[in-house]
Amino acid sequence: MNWLGWLHDFFADPAHHSGPDSIAHRVLEHLAFSAEALGLAALVALPLGLLIGYSGRGLFVVTALAGVARALPTLGLVTLAVLLVGVGDAAVLLPLTALAAPPMLVAAAEGVRGTVPDVRDAARGIGLTHPQTLLRVCVPAAAPTLLAGVRTAAVQVIATATVAAYVGLGGLGRYVIDGLATRNFPTTVGGALLVVLLAVAVQLLFALLIRLASPPGSRTGTGAGTGRRRNRDATPEPPAAPEPTAEPAVLDDPAGSPALAKEST
Amino acid sequence: MLDGEPLVRWRWLGDHLGYLADLTADHAVIALVPVLLGLLLAVPLGLACARFPRLYQPLAAVFNVVYALPSLAVFVVLIPYTGLATRETVMVPLTCYALAVLLPTAVDGLRAVPEPVRQAAAAMGYGPWRRLAAVELPASVPYLIGGLRVAAVSSISLAAVGALVGRGGLGYLFVDGFQRTFPTPILAGIALVALLALATDLLLVAARRVLAPWARGVAR
Repeated sequence: MNWLGWLHDFFADPAHHSGPDSIAHRVLEHLAFSAEALGLAALVALPLGLLIGYSGRGLFVVTALAGVARALPTLGLVTLAVLLVGVGDAAVLLPLTALAAPPMLVAAAEGVRGTVPDVRDAARGIGLTHPQTLLRVCVPAAAPTLLAGVRTAAVQVIATATVAAYVGLGGLGRYVIDGLATRNFPTTVGGALLVVLLAVAVQLLFALLIRLASPPGSRTGTGAGTGRRRNRDATPEPPAAPEPTAEPAVLDDPAGSPALAKEST
Repeated sequence: MLDGEPLVRWRWLGDHLGYLADLTADHAVIALVPVLLGLLLAVPLGLACARFPRLYQPLAAVFNVVYALPSLAVFVVLIPYTGLATRETVMVPLTCYALAVLLPTAVDGLRAVPEPVRQAAAAMGYGPWRRLAAVELPASVPYLIGGLRVAAVSSISLAAVGALVGRGGLGYLFVDGFQRTFPTPILAGIALVALLALATDLLLVAARRVLAPWARGVAR
């Protein structure tokens, strides 16, 4: 029942300082694996998401698909994949990629769709082609949303890579799973703490990236919420804009209109 | 790893229908009771945050981090407090996740009431409490249900991981099937978890149609 004692035991253990079971090695394994899955997912999901968001076609399908994907239990997918393909990197990489792709796909699609139509029209008007509009206007404008989707995917993959140790993958999950199997709580708790730290570090890194990528003058706080809220933030309500201009036109005394007064301040 | 075995043994499924139903019921309790608890905590906390915006920033930051914590790690770290292989090992972290999702939605929902509506309610003689009960809470229902959908679906899927520390409802099928190199229970588990999530989601959508018929397309 002694938490700090367990942590001390874990970090003081010489086996965790060098060799294949060392903390540094496990962290690198964990990161390498997560990065592979993320890269693979990004390769598929990001271009597809950009196209879907830009064309506005298939958005419904993508959102529905992402909802279904969230309901799939990764532990089940991982165990099934190992039984079907055999123990190996591919067996675990596939479910992890499948886990990472939907949030990226949705973020890319929603982010690009959320760019103001007027801006897109303007870009087309000054003679940019469709691909140029997408890459030079929509993608930078959608960058915070896009990165937020990648962050969600990254955190999920890092968390789930822990579970994947159950079927024989390396990484930090080894400490957790092996510790559980042998009732060695120092190892389990130490490993769990390292995963938590890694997830939080990645979260902070992305918070920084999102801040850097936010175009100046854009709405603040885009990166502050959870993945689900951001999607709503990113879709401004276009019909709301014409209302204030339409309303004072019919008023006898526009200066007295509270809507106008609020706008001038 | 499977040598010429059929992927699904339908006879096994037929023989174990009662067992699968029990596990599904267990899974529903483990995954959904925390979501209800999270809702019960999120509404008053959201009210406090909507009234005192200074409270919200730090809380939002904390829950943002909580939401990012890997479930297995949290299950494990809590074992000394909740015990190994108990329901609490899984349900306490799931409550925290649900709260992390629901608090921002509760705050968003309460803040979404337009100022003129608030003023109209006040002008009609509604005191702060009556305004809360009759205007602000109903107006935030679509937001809350949107949050509940996310919280419930991820809770159902996360609860399966609980099988690694003891109690996971349907998650046990994954552990069991893997240890016996027998894919049928794993497939059944995946299908049942997905079905449970889908059923819960549809139920919440139906609830929104009934409770907030004006809110089609708002706060999906």
